[in-house]
Amino acid sequence: MSDDLIRTAGGMGQQTPSPSDRSKKPGEFIPAPDDDVLVCRCEEVTKGDIRRAVHDGMYTMTEVRRYLRVGMGLCQGQSCTKLVKRIMASELGVPQAVLDAETSRAPMRPVEMRVLGNEEDTRRGDAR
Amino acid sequence: MTERTSEGIDTLAGMADFVIVGAGVIGCATAYNLALRGHSVIVLEKDESIGNGGSSRNGGGVRQSGRDARELPLAMYAVENIWPGLSDELGADVEYVKRGNLRLGKTEHHLEILQGLARTGVEHGLDMRMLDANEVREMNPFLSDEVIGASWCPTDGHANPLRTTLAFYRRARELGVRFISGVQVTGVRKLHGRACQVATTTGLYEGDGVILAAGLGTRTLAASVGIDVPMHGLLIEALVTEMEPTMFPQMLGTADADFYGHQTAHGSFVFGGDSGLEEANGYAGGVPTSSVTAPAICRSIMKYVPRLADAKIVRTWSGWEDESADGVPVISSIDEVPGLTIACAFTGHGFGISPIVGRLVAELACGEETTLDVSAFRYDRFHAWA
Repeated sequence: MSDDLIRTAGGMGQQTPSPSDRSKKPGEFIPAPDDDVLVCRCEEVTKGDIRRAVHDGMYTMTEVRRYLRVGMGLCQGQSCTKLVKRIMASELGVPQAVLDAETSRAPMRPVEMRVLGNEEDTRRGDAR
Repeated sequence: MTERTSEGIDTLAGMADFVIVGAGVIGCATAYNLALRGHSVIVLEKDESIGNGGSSRNGGGVRQSGRDARELPLAMYAVENIWPGLSDELGADVEYVKRGNLRLGKTEHHLEILQGLARTGVEHGLDMRMLDANEVREMNPFLSDEVIGASWCPTDGHANPLRTTLAFYRRARELGVRFISGVQVTGVRKLHGRACQVATTTGLYEGDGVILAAGLGTRTLAASVGIDVPMHGLLIEALVTEMEPTMFPQMLGTADADFYGHQTAHGSFVFGGDSGLEEANGYAGGVPTSSVTAPAICRSIMKYVPRLADAKIVRTWSGWEDESADGVPVISSIDEVPGLTIACAFTGHGFGISPIVGRLVAELACGEETTLDVSAFRYDRFHAWA
């Protein structure tokens, strides 16, 4: 694959991505012996799922996340993100650096509603 | 030779029957409907990712109840005719669940609001009624004793907005629609009085018709051909819990509108809401999450569904609603600019009606008779008070 398939310059510093024409396709999906290897353990997503998603038109980390729930489980992608990026880059035929950095979202660790919702009382110093 | 002008590069970068600006759920659904009719379509998206605006940031409600009377026919049509078969139609599970919407009340004042909503629904042929405290808890045993009543619409439901948007995109792409992401659109251009070109920083895209479905961005783009749609941005925040055991299938809302949400097919609960600080928090733009908003949403939820106090929040996010000046969207051809069709200002309730809106916009763009009357959504309906 040439790099016109996806030329989005990823990373935080890059403000304006170059256009990516989604009608340019990354060839045919070729099944591989390791397609059933689990990549995202929280959401049980396999390498084959991720490779197939690319052929379904999911060209960014954000799209694959939303399409497959990869990296959206309890660990929020802290275990699998690097692997997912490597698989996607390889399937798209682009360097990993051109893939978008996936968005990290608060909270850093899963927090119970009763704890998160207690914020106002803590701030006021009310004892509970 | 290419000449870089203030409006972009004057080189033809692509041609199709229609050029759509915006690859959110509305743009993708429109592209899909145009492709079904055999038209060639180019969709231009400013973001790197498809559907990265409100389409991926909403609560997933497929709701008829509580809608403005002008919008209700669209919601009812979509629920009756499109949503039930959408997963099959698009070849991807959009996780549509039609198990009703409970809008909860804790005070007499709340009940009055809910009765008003139920009345509007019934007047327009929607199956909707009030439930007393016992009936509500029979339907949903997880609700707190503070809940004294609810409005109930059994044909409401919810779906997965992320998967729905990407399913429209995927199917449209399979049908030959050309999607270009990460492209900066600078304006619409007319040829012989007709909207025919979309200018970008990397070239011109030309079509027989141009469709603007770019959310808030639609305002600037429409202004490039002298059309204004009065709307503004409204920040909303949402959160999702870890996977929970199956609790209840209804979509929940409140008379106070302090939160809304449902349990997804995955088992997590998605809730949206606000803290009252949104205008200040959104001042600098971007998609900020505030440290006070998710806690405020949690406090509201726990008062209605105490069992969820132990559910862990794994993620929070925000998004912008394109709020119209009168609460319903603009879905309209533009008289002064033949060839131009606009679909925007969905005011936070666009997702549930997106499948029918995609069809209506395609019909408008093709000059066909529309499946439903869209005259209430004209762009030129806004008038000053005096």
